[in-house]
Amino acid sequence: MINKTVSNAEEAIKDIPSGAVLMIGGFGLSGIPENCIAALLKKDINGLTCISNNAGVDDFGIGLMLKKSMVKKMISSYVGENAEFERQLLSGELEVELIPQGTLAERVRAGGAGIPAFFTPAGVGTEVAEGKEVREFDGKLYLMERWLKADFALVKAWKGDTAGNLIYKGTARNFNPMMAAAGKITIAEVEELVPAGELDPNQIHTPGIYVQRIFQGKNYEKRIEHRTIREKR
Amino acid sequence: MLNKNQIAQRIAKEVKKGQYINLGIGIPTLVANYIPDNLDVVLQSENGLLGIGPFPTEDQIDPDLINAGKQTITMVKGSSLFSSAESFGMIRGGHVHLTILGAMEVSENGDIANWKIPAKMVKGMGGAMDLVASAENIIVAMQHCSKDGQSKLLKKCSLPITGIRCVKKIVSDLAVLEVLPEGGFKLLERAPGISVEEIRSKTEGRLVVEGEIPEMKFD
Repeated sequence: MINKTVSNAEEAIKDIPSGAVLMIGGFGLSGIPENCIAALLKKDINGLTCISNNAGVDDFGIGLMLKKSMVKKMISSYVGENAEFERQLLSGELEVELIPQGTLAERVRAGGAGIPAFFTPAGVGTEVAEGKEVREFDGKLYLMERWLKADFALVKAWKGDTAGNLIYKGTARNFNPMMAAAGKITIAEVEELVPAGELDPNQIHTPGIYVQRIFQGKNYEKRIEHRTIREKR
Repeated sequence: MLNKNQIAQRIAKEVKKGQYINLGIGIPTLVANYIPDNLDVVLQSENGLLGIGPFPTEDQIDPDLINAGKQTITMVKGSSLFSSAESFGMIRGGHVHLTILGAMEVSENGDIANWKIPAKMVKGMGGAMDLVASAENIIVAMQHCSKDGQSKLLKKCSLPITGIRCVKKIVSDLAVLEVLPEGGFKLLERAPGISVEEIRSKTEGRLVVEGEIPEMKFD
């Protein structure tokens, strides 16, 4: 098996240039590539396009990249938890393409699966439909949406092996599997990296073919946005 | 006038046995508290879970387990986990029976607006556009009027819309209304102590009133 291991986040992201198109996995702060984002923040690059469902919060995740003005354009579905994002958006500093969450997931999936366009009912009759082809199938209207691809996809998994096979945990899976497939270079950070052969092939979510670089992450904060609990009975 | 919990409690009466349901953020999330266990419904979270359980106790908290509102949650027995593409595949494919979500405005032909106030508030549509375009039944939880008394049940939405001709039923703080296929809000129930006249005066869109309109009952 090809060994795709790199030593750390800094090495994994070292050739990401200014102006690159990035996909960044995660939903809210769950399943985001914390180590890669921290390493990007130390680099002097800007003009990035980030494709990610959310934009982090003001002081964590992609929110930190926005604060450093590294991002030229965001492609997201929901940005509600981030005051800095909303400020940059309303002031026009940041270019933003807001797209329905399912359309975003499918556009990324299509990019990785070699499907240049598809039709979805989401957004018909709304401003999302402006400038897009609308076609009727069996009496219902659908919008044509195009695939999305990235120069680099940054994904986070629970476990991975040196061949790049990945297993996610809980709802931290979200956009990571599709993004892994849609990146020209996919960088996976994992909580536990094991030698090829130690993960059960029956349990692999992302086959290693999609992953070019993998490293064992460290110091995961896994910040919780809304800590909701109930009393023990 | 109903409070948020009473709106949720009333909506829970619409739930049928064995349904797969997606609950939106806010009041819709509260509906889960009022669905009887014996209905065996399964709650979907569009970030990749079927089988949302109650909030965790302090020692059960898992940062890798959140709902679409980014709240910590648990899983019920028989849950399954999947990617966002799979999740919206099951939504778009019509496998989710009921969607309950909030709205800023609904028009008399069933259009819904809930994602944007131009130049003021732009949070994004999240999964709402996918959900309203695909669910076979959509129930909206909303306030009947804005804080300054303007009706939110309109002839035509003034805000950018989320989906067209999709809302089937509305539970507001004042009433339960059905959106008629030919257009119009058919009044089904009144909130306790609220008159038909008050509902009429606070509904800008066409209100259809047939016969006696009962008051809502809460168990």
